Amino acid sequence: MTLAWGSLLVVCVVSLVAGVAVCALVSFALVGLSARTPRPVGGPDDGARLALSPGAGTAVAVLCLGATLLIVGYGLYIVIA
Amino acid sequence: MDVSVIVVVVVVTALIFDFTNGFHDTANAMATSIATGALSPKVAVLVAGVLNLVGAFLSVEVARTVSSGLVDETRITPVVIFAGLVGAIVWNLLTWLLGLPSSSSHALFGGLIGASIVAAGTGAVHFGAVLSKVVVPAVISPVLAGVVALLGTYIAYRSTARADKGTITRGFRAGQIVSASMVALAHGTNDAQKTMGIITLTLITAGVLAPDSGPPFWVILAAGLAIAIGTYVGGWRIIRTLGKRVSDIETPQGFAAETASTAVILASSHLGFALSTTQVATGAIFGAGAGRRLASVRWGVAGQMAVAWILTLPAAALVGAAAAWVASTGTFGTVIVAVVGVAVAAGIYAASRRRPITADNVNEVPTPAAAAEPVAAGR
Repeated sequence: MTLAWGSLLVVCVVSLVAGVAVCALVSFALVGLSARTPRPVGGPDDGARLALSPGAGTAVAVLCLGATLLIVGYGLYIVIA
Repeated sequence: MDVSVIVVVVVVTALIFDFTNGFHDTANAMATSIATGALSPKVAVLVAGVLNLVGAFLSVEVARTVSSGLVDETRITPVVIFAGLVGAIVWNLLTWLLGLPSSSSHALFGGLIGASIVAAGTGAVHFGAVLSKVVVPAVISPVLAGVVALLGTYIAYRSTARADKGTITRGFRAGQIVSASMVALAHGTNDAQKTMGIITLTLITAGVLAPDSGPPFWVILAAGLAIAIGTYVGGWRIIRTLGKRVSDIETPQGFAAETASTAVILASSHLGFALSTTQVATGAIFGAGAGRRLASVRWGVAGQMAVAWILTLPAAALVGAAAAWVASTGTFGTVIVAVVGVAVAAGIYAASRRRPITADNVNEVPTPAAAAEPVAAGR
C-alpha cells in the first residue's frame, strides 16, 4: 500500500493558500468599495478620517478583484487543460 | 442472466444512484446561499443543476480512480455492482429522510466493497487503494475545508469590521452567487465522476470495454444529466440542516465556506482523490460558523453528522453485501433484490410525504426544540 502523501500535501497547501487568499482579497476589495460610501451622520464613525479616499478605495477593489479572478481562472484552467 | 440485460439494468441503477447523489448534495453548494438569501431556492437549484452538468465534462480523473482502482474488475460481475448500487441508494435515501448530509460517495464505495467481498472474497477489494484514495482523504478533507473556511471567515470579519455594513453585505452576497456556483461546478467534477466510474467499471466487467478504459462520451453525458436533474429536484431536507441548523450563517461566512469547499474539491478532483463533497461542504460550514463565534455552532448537530459519516461506509457495505448474497442465487435472486430495493425506496418516499420540506419552507425551522432533537422527532 502506498499513500500518495505528495499529492495529499499539494491538495492541502493549494486549498489553504487559494481559499484563504480569495477570502482575504474579496474582503479587502469590499473594504475598498465601502470607502466610496459616505459615513452615516451620527454613526459610530461619523467624522472619523477615512482610511482610504474614494479613488484609492476603488483602485484597491479593482486590484483585489482582478487578483481573485486570476486565481480562480488559473485554477479552472489547470483542471480543464 | 443474459449479460446485455444485466448491463442495462446496472447502467439504469447507476443513473438512479446518480440522481439520488444529486438531490442529496444540492445542499453542499446551495445551503448557505439559500439560508442567507443570496439566491432564491428555485434559482439556486437551477444554477446548481446546470453547473453540475458542466462540471461533469471538465475532468475524468475521479472516474478513473473508481473504475480502475478500488476493486479487482477481473473478479466481479455486473450483478455484484448492481447489489452494491442498491446498498448505496438505500442508504442515501435513508439519510435524506433524516436530513443528514452523509456522503453519497462513501455509500457508493461501501455498497461496492460489501458486494465484492460477498461475491468474490476479500481479495477482490484493493484495500490499499481504498485507504489511500478514499479513507485518508475522507478524514483530511473536511478538517482542511473547515480550517480554510475558519481562517477565511476570521479574515473577512476582522478586515471589514470598520467598513460600511451595507456594502459588505451586498458584496458578499454577490460573491456568494459566484462561490456557490463554483461549488456546484466542482461537485460535477467529483461526484458525477463516481457514477461514470461505476458505469465504466460495469462495461469493463461485461467485456464491452477494455480494462483501464476511460468513460465513453455517452456515459459522461448520461451521468452528468442524471446528477443535474437530481440536483435540480433539490434535497430540501438536507439544505435545511446545513443552512439553518448547523449555525446561523451570514453572507461572509457563506462566502468563506463555499470558497473553501471549491478550493478543496477542485484540487482533489484534479489529483484523482474521490473525496466526499458532502463532508467537505459540511466541514467548511462548521469552520465558517466557528470563525465568527465558536459558540454559534450547534455542536450537537455536528455529533449526529459525525456518527452518520462513520456509519455510512460500513452500513452501505452491509446492505450491499446482503444484496449481493441474495443476487448471487441467480436471476430470481437479482429480481428479488430489485423488488425489495424499489419497495424500500417507495416506503422512504411515502414517509417523507408526512412532513414534506420544499422550496417554500426550507428556511423555516419549526421550533428550537424540534431543531435540537431532529432525529427523535419521529420522522
